[in-house]
Amino acid sequence: MAQKIDQDVGRFKQIVRGSIKKELRKFISTGELIGRKGKDLVSIPIPRIDIPHFVYGDKQKGGIGQGDGDEGSAVQPGDQDGASKAGNLPGEHLLEVEVSFEELAQILGEELELPRIRPKGAEDLESKTYKYTGMAPTGPESLRHFKRTYRKALRRQIMSGTYDPRRPLIIPVREDRVYRTWKEVVKPRSRALIVYMLDVSGSMGNEQKEIVRLESFWLDAWIRSQYQGVDVRYIIHDAVAREVDRETFFHTRESGGTIISSAYKLFLKILEESYNPEEWNIYPFQFSDGDNWSGNDTEECMNILQKEILPVCNLFCYGQVESEYGSGQYLRDIEAKFPNHETLITSRIPDRNAIVDSIKTFLGKGK
Amino acid sequence: MKQNPKSSSKYMTSLPPDLAALKREIEGYARDYGLDFYDVIFEVLDWNQLNEVAAYGGFPNRYPHWRFGMEYEELSKSYAYGLSKIYEMVVNTDPCYAYLLFSNGTVDQKLVMAHVYAHCDFFKNNVYFAHTNRKMMDEMANHKTRVMRYIDAYGHDAVEGFIDACLSLDTLIDYHAPAIKRRSPPSLVDAGGRRAIHTLRSDKPYMDKFVNPKEFLEEQRRALEEQAKEEKNFPERPEKDVLLFLLDNAPLEKWERDVLSIIREEAYYFAPQGQTKIANEGWASYWHSTIMTQKALKDSELIDYADHHSGTVAMGPTRVNPYKIGLELYRDIEDRWNKGKFGKEYDECTDMVAKKNWDRKLGLGRQKIFEVRRLYSDVTFIDEFLTPEFCQEHRLFVYAYDLSHEEMRIASREFDKIKKQFLFQLTNFGHPIIDVIDGNFRNRGELLLKHTHEGVDLKDDYAAATLQNLYKLWRRPVGIETVSEGVPTRIIFDGTEVKEERI
Repeated sequence: MAQKIDQDVGRFKQIVRGSIKKELRKFISTGELIGRKGKDLVSIPIPRIDIPHFVYGDKQKGGIGQGDGDEGSAVQPGDQDGASKAGNLPGEHLLEVEVSFEELAQILGEELELPRIRPKGAEDLESKTYKYTGMAPTGPESLRHFKRTYRKALRRQIMSGTYDPRRPLIIPVREDRVYRTWKEVVKPRSRALIVYMLDVSGSMGNEQKEIVRLESFWLDAWIRSQYQGVDVRYIIHDAVAREVDRETFFHTRESGGTIISSAYKLFLKILEESYNPEEWNIYPFQFSDGDNWSGNDTEECMNILQKEILPVCNLFCYGQVESEYGSGQYLRDIEAKFPNHETLITSRIPDRNAIVDSIKTFLGKGK
Repeated sequence: MKQNPKSSSKYMTSLPPDLAALKREIEGYARDYGLDFYDVIFEVLDWNQLNEVAAYGGFPNRYPHWRFGMEYEELSKSYAYGLSKIYEMVVNTDPCYAYLLFSNGTVDQKLVMAHVYAHCDFFKNNVYFAHTNRKMMDEMANHKTRVMRYIDAYGHDAVEGFIDACLSLDTLIDYHAPAIKRRSPPSLVDAGGRRAIHTLRSDKPYMDKFVNPKEFLEEQRRALEEQAKEEKNFPERPEKDVLLFLLDNAPLEKWERDVLSIIREEAYYFAPQGQTKIANEGWASYWHSTIMTQKALKDSELIDYADHHSGTVAMGPTRVNPYKIGLELYRDIEDRWNKGKFGKEYDECTDMVAKKNWDRKLGLGRQKIFEVRRLYSDVTFIDEFLTPEFCQEHRLFVYAYDLSHEEMRIASREFDKIKKQFLFQLTNFGHPIIDVIDGNFRNRGELLLKHTHEGVDLKDDYAAATLQNLYKLWRRPVGIETVSEGVPTRIIFDGTEVKEERI
């Protein structure tokens, strides 16, 4: 039901959004949000939006309490509020706001000025249908809900005492009328596949994986906001590649060497098995510290990239997370082979602060 | 709301018959006990509507502002997650509006009604509410209309930004202003342009030197000189009503002045409710428990009642529940005055056993608490009626931040310290005491406030942000004198950055 407060709530949400936007870069590099992801909502801690006053600082303040305990024993603020009417005391807490995943992606897009992705193929349009979903106090007469309008009028007349059971005449006034409203329902037509490939050889440390985890969260968020149906697959590799679930992806550490081409081959196999490039928008993201076993393998990788991967993908992104052990050679090789390529994008991510720029590099082309 | 104020004293309410019957019943009990209140209009609302009204502070029509939206979000969320629930809302107006939650059970509704009648009695009779505008429903709606008009004329952002700045200062009012005349009336000027000395009137010339003896005139002249000296200051004396000072002296547009006056008026309207939290909630709790347990409660409802009541008066280790403290104090007062446990004889008695069993069978208790509800605010209430026995019985303590352990610890259970802490928390609404001391600081038209330091520093980030808001009104550099970690400090905002300097 429409309420007077809606306007103020709307304004408040707008302010919250602004505040999230301001803090976004911090969230991206600390990863604070990732643990807070629910099914559709992300709960975001932002500083309580407050009107500042001259108030006392906390430390010298103290107060009155009740209960047992000797002088000098600790009191826990927090395990309290037995009273159901408590809570009119302004607390120092953070404000937890819940934002839908989609909105978060939108904020990300606005802050990083990401262009909307244009899916492959113009025929991949959305199909719209209309569904009657609700009621509204206004609308075209043709959509007037007769029964509800009648009931509302009847109720009003009974309440106001103008209903006469002997002469049951019901006259709806303007406020009684109720109309059907509809919603556009969009059927997903354009789908996307995200494949993450991660080097888990001994030279990749925890910090490197954390960077990948943070970055993938935001890449996911953005791409999901751009397509209706998104599949995500995870490949890890050292000398051999295998497909794993998300959990394993971020927590595996192997010690072997690195053969990058194994991952590429597995990627192609997955495509072949279940994703037809004609129907899917395909986004491989590869993260590595830039070490490969041999020049020969690198040579092979370049071949696969050029001949098989690049032609079917919307975008191929290579992110190089720097580690103490990695030589970083692969980035140089790949850049030498494909200078200024349309759909192959590389980025260096030396530390967490570089994540934001890396995301922008990857997604800034709107592919 | 579809009230029709013209239909005599019995307002049309949309109360369903069962609640209307309850209302008649409870109202009857309340009157029999001698409670004296305005007509009460009960509105039954669902939780969305009740949260809305609560977010608006009880008034269905307020000027648009995001903080109401924030309040509403918090209330709704906390209700949806089952963390809190507002049972009732009562507004200090004549007739008195009270809101009931639709989903409350019958026992809850009864209890809430009894509670509401006692609140309303308090609003009507307590002296601190005497000056409040009982037609505030209309006034608030007018404020809304005015603010809406300014929004149309000057844009949403401009008006909202200005309201934010004003709200940031709305604790800087003089809570005692309704009772004290602080500004002297414009003084009389004699023919020569000098101020006339104030003399007492004497009809017979020969009596004059007796009515106005020389020493008296001399004294008057001196006072006048003092005054003249003071008047060189601007403001003459430290001005506690900072909002009024700004209204009179800040370079504001006409609409800004009006918005500021709206904020100030609402701050003064709500002030007594903050000043009488314990006395008022205690009074209402005293009466709901009295009415329920002595009259209204049916046997089958006892458990529900006890559950609700104990929720209302629960205390926490770091939180004083005004409902509980107030309720117990009223009971204590009633008991003491029933038994004559007051006055010189009782105070000077050193025999603890005799004191404990003291009973003069005076039966003045009821009469005394009615007097208390008429004359006391929280500060005077606690000052006068908090006793060592009470603190001991209720196991009260003072806690403080322990620097070496970095946590809150129990500091003391001594009566004097508890009382002192209590009064400190209540005085000036628990806000720092701040006056305007110079409106022409450094002779450059800058504004200087002074925080009267009483052992607790200001929260510095908030102080800095508040100064920036003050600057939006004063439009020249603004500052505040305070003490920070033992060092007298002046915090200045000059329009670009906040600086702290030692004095």
